Amino acid sequence: MKPATYILLLLSLLAQSACTKEKPHDEKQGEVVRASIGPIKTTVKMVYIPGGEYMPFYGAIDSNAVKVPAFLIDERAVTNEEFLSFVTANPQWRKSSILRIHADTNYLRDWPSDLELPKDARPDAPVCFVSWFAAKAFAKSAGKRLPTLDEWEFIAMADADTFNARSKKQYSDAIIQLYMEKGRQFKPVKQSAPNYWGVYNVFDLIWEWTDDFNSIMSIGDSRTGGENNNKDLFCAAGATSASEVNNYAAFMRFGMRTAVKAHYTIANMGFRCAKDTSNQTTQ
Amino acid sequence: MRNKLNIKQMKMKRLILSVTSIGMITILTSCGGVAGDKPTAENKTAAIDMKVTGEAKVAEVTSAPNVPAPVGDRGPQKWIVNLETTEIEAEIADGINYTFWTFNNTVPGSFIRVREGDEVELRLKNAANSVLPHNIDLHAVTGPGGGAEATSAAPGQEAVLHFKALNPGLYVYHCAAPPVPMHIGNGMYGLILVEPAGGLPKVDREYYIMQGDFYTKAAAKAGLTEFNNDKAVAEEPDYVLFNGKKGSLLGKNMIEAKVGETVRLFVGNGGPNLTSSFHVIGEIFDNVYLEGGSTVSHNVQTTMIPAGGSAIVEFKVDYPGQYVLVDHSLSRAFNKGAIGKLKVTGEANPLIFNKGKK
Ligand SMILES: [Cu+2]
Repeated sequence: MKPATYILLLLSLLAQSACTKEKPHDEKQGEVVRASIGPIKTTVKMVYIPGGEYMPFYGAIDSNAVKVPAFLIDERAVTNEEFLSFVTANPQWRKSSILRIHADTNYLRDWPSDLELPKDARPDAPVCFVSWFAAKAFAKSAGKRLPTLDEWEFIAMADADTFNARSKKQYSDAIIQLYMEKGRQFKPVKQSAPNYWGVYNVFDLIWEWTDDFNSIMSIGDSRTGGENNNKDLFCAAGATSASEVNNYAAFMRFGMRTAVKAHYTIANMGFRCAKDTSNQTTQ
Repeated sequence: MRNKLNIKQMKMKRLILSVTSIGMITILTSCGGVAGDKPTAENKTAAIDMKVTGEAKVAEVTSAPNVPAPVGDRGPQKWIVNLETTEIEAEIADGINYTFWTFNNTVPGSFIRVREGDEVELRLKNAANSVLPHNIDLHAVTGPGGGAEATSAAPGQEAVLHFKALNPGLYVYHCAAPPVPMHIGNGMYGLILVEPAGGLPKVDREYYIMQGDFYTKAAAKAGLTEFNNDKAVAEEPDYVLFNGKKGSLLGKNMIEAKVGETVRLFVGNGGPNLTSSFHVIGEIFDNVYLEGGSTVSHNVQTTMIPAGGSAIVEFKVDYPGQYVLVDHSLSRAFNKGAIGKLKVTGEANPLIFNKGKK
């Protein structure tokens, strides 16, 4: 393998695949979802995030920060019991009737039947084995949306004490420690301390879907330029600063995002919902 | 010199083989109307044009130190190679477990053995209980990323890569999911041998050995440790190991041969960082396929094996005893575990070696 290829792989394997992937934002698909969704009520507390400028992990090539507008985010992931109420209100999203294009065969894998949680599952553990389509439909039915990748990563910069802990020596390492624990998705939500914003379980339970999980390069990229710039952008991102290169936790997250497709359902992947602040009073 | 006869015969056979294959290549290329004078280019054209016969069969793969049966003189065929990526706890040194990431639950991963012209369907399954996505980059593969992008598999998913083996040699494969140094540092590497048409010359013993450097934390839980990024970046490993475990080639795990036999070691280096100075104490390598390629050097004491590279070493064992395999960067052997043994049994010939009397 040529050195250039190698560096590309090392730092931006994900970029290559991200660039070639189809966006899941199929207008027609969205229409179908919207037209047929039954509303559900959730009681999860939403946290106000004032937003601000942040340096994306991937795109800091010419020091252009991305502006993240204020938004609301669920303080925790969507739970098994919440998802049960969603499929109860929305028969088309039950495991026996979901369209194969919306979820692979592992959808809600361990549920014995359409409206039955897995035997050993805690109702207050995050729901997993859900596709991006299903997560998006859930969010719609709750009058919300999925967080954008930038919103999610903005929150992920925080540790318990500061809104941006990325320069701290232990930041990435502590996250990896959490990532490496097997079976963590079976634990109930909100058992660990919240981060600076009051958001729980950002790292210690599951991978989370984001609205634009597989369009990493085109969203929030302040550079002009077309598709061809994406790779360059990503390659060079590794060279911006040592602390970012050492942010192995972020590499893992982006690796995960680029390894999934919108209909995939994964054992340790769930989601939480977000909302625009302008909608705050309408729900 | 009498004792070196077998090796001489081996060399002769290989010479004949390569002459034969050049002849074949000439025929093939002249049929195709290709007029090239570079042997490598010719070689490549030939492998591409090699037609496979029969239905795809599941290839035998083995865990170290064993290797699958030689390809011999069979023609090009279709193979299905099954690999599963897993994240497991296993012993790295006495009483200390480490969270390894593996191909087929072993470090190094399964040894894959094909011949040039073979067509391989590689099925990479990522275990359902994996935390992370994994993939495979095979240095034997011609194509983008060596297949890494094409095989990216999320936990519980399977990815498939089709490739044709074009270049004979001994190649490293490894996971290239981000962050790559961590995936390799945790043990995600192995070897794939692409034998030339007609196979490698026959030997009596073949073994699979792969070196890797490991960076660990002060055990967080009792007896269990995991990857330490700071040490990896500093390239200061706690362990430098053959086959992923201290003592994997010692005691009852020693590799063996009998006096008079020819031994071939397929030696790889997964890294992620260190270059190995591979040496067998008390032996001289009759043949070394330098860097796992086609150039053969003779009478070599120590051979360099780059991270992400390999070497095939061959020697005839002439005298009984325990021969120590080391990375001759010796602190690694004495302090960090890069040590193994080859046990040779049989009759001692005092002409070769004889401890003098007082
Ligand atoms: Cu991997």
